[in-house]
Amino acid sequence: MAYSDKVLDHYNNPRNVGALDKSSSKVGTGIVGAPECGDVMKLQIEVEGDRIVDAKFKTFGCGSAIASSSLATEWIKGKTVDEALEIKNTAIVEELSLPPVKIHCSVLAEDAIKSAVRDYKEKQQESQS
Amino acid sequence: MNKPIYMDYQATTPCDPRVVEAMLPYFTEHFGNAASRNHAYGWQAEEAVQKAREQIASLIGASPKEIIFTSGSTEAINLGLKGAVEMYGSKGKHIVTTLVEHKAVLDTCKHLEKQGCEVTYLKPDEHGMVSAQQVADAIRDDTILVTILWGNNEVGTLNPIREIGAVCHERKVLFFTDATQTVGKIPVDVEADHVDMLCLSGHKIYGPKGVGAMYVRRRNPRVRIVAQMDGGGHERGMRSGTLNVTGIVGLGKACELCQQELEAEMKRTSELRDHLTDRILGALDHVKVNGHPTERLPGNANISFAYVEGESLLMGINDVAVSSGSACTSASLEPSHVLRAMDVGEELAHSSIRFGIGRFTTREEVDHVADRVIENVNRLRELSPLYEMVQEGIDLSTVQWQADH
Repeated sequence: MAYSDKVLDHYNNPRNVGALDKSSSKVGTGIVGAPECGDVMKLQIEVEGDRIVDAKFKTFGCGSAIASSSLATEWIKGKTVDEALEIKNTAIVEELSLPPVKIHCSVLAEDAIKSAVRDYKEKQQESQS
Repeated sequence: MNKPIYMDYQATTPCDPRVVEAMLPYFTEHFGNAASRNHAYGWQAEEAVQKAREQIASLIGASPKEIIFTSGSTEAINLGLKGAVEMYGSKGKHIVTTLVEHKAVLDTCKHLEKQGCEVTYLKPDEHGMVSAQQVADAIRDDTILVTILWGNNEVGTLNPIREIGAVCHERKVLFFTDATQTVGKIPVDVEADHVDMLCLSGHKIYGPKGVGAMYVRRRNPRVRIVAQMDGGGHERGMRSGTLNVTGIVGLGKACELCQQELEAEMKRTSELRDHLTDRILGALDHVKVNGHPTERLPGNANISFAYVEGESLLMGINDVAVSSGSACTSASLEPSHVLRAMDVGEELAHSSIRFGIGRFTTREEVDHVADRVIENVNRLRELSPLYEMVQEGIDLSTVQWQADH
């Protein structure tokens, strides 16, 4: 099975690898997947106002999973939180030319974005109440 | 692009040039049909086949008359298992095997179950080994056949075949062993090891693909099997079809070379394997070598790199041809049935790589592979949220994972 050039590029030069301070009220953290399924993604966002000013990820998974999460961080940086929620896995599939057996990697990346945003919003509600 | 370093010798091996040289005349000059009785072409072919039979028999301690040529191990397994059940089915319908067999055995057993056989699948210990005691306990009055893998193709563990064979002979149950990975790699002696039927394959021992052989015992006991292909009655009626003389010559030569070089090669490949595992274990934490620590094939190392997914590691070491224990690379997305039966744990099964070392592997290649593996595991662990959590002191087994995929 050959990987697309874009998957290889993200795998060899992953963007935005790292961690943000998960205790900060401005940071939302999403962790999705499970080790026994062969993939776990951690995606974090840092929000100023309603705009995502930074995003970081770490992924345990195949090359397509790493590429999907790397691409996701690239896409959400600079977007508003609500704009980030509009990113669909199908767009990731298209951008990375993922084969059918790897579609679940893109679904996981979409879930990771949603999970990070949910975590951020919950923190905001807690600090307001 | 340079060719990747080949380190997948349990999948297949290149033909030894000496094997190819021995085969060449049999494509053109000596093309006769070994079954032609009336002219020199046939006699010459028959003579070559006879020589190969002797070379193979000599490697495994059998008589040349006990060697049946097949297309490979899968065919021999089908023939041995189905043929024995068909011959002895009136005596009983019970078969004993293990959970770590090759698919050729497991799927043949599944087929026999559909036809009314009952199969006991022995669970191995954490090293992938079953004991003679387990076999003894599983044998019943209606057991007609025991079939046990000798050397495991994934993790390299050797089963105690001699002890298992002794149990089978004592209980008068036929004993088949899949020795595809074992013949030519460690000493095999069908008499001392109490084996009744055995399969071997040319392409695992530096011979050609598409040719293999089966040992079928002729004395104490005389094993009879029903042919699974009807035709000209070749191979003492057990396997019809014009003999693949060229391939058989190659298989014979391959066996002869294995026999000549067995001890030296065992030593050399074990040392290279140990060098690889020593280098990796010396440089990385959270690494587990799967399979039995001492009772193992010389040229195999199956290693789990915790917190790194196997396929992503293969992608990183793309100048090395190895195989991943997680079948994520295939369509099934399921970790290997062997690692699962050994209770290695699903996450470690997803993180395992099989390194296969053989006749043409050099120490420089092993060093290069070790370097590439260490570099990539470190890089991927930088990317791994699991490794980060473990560094933070989190016990991963206590984490609530959000997994619905």
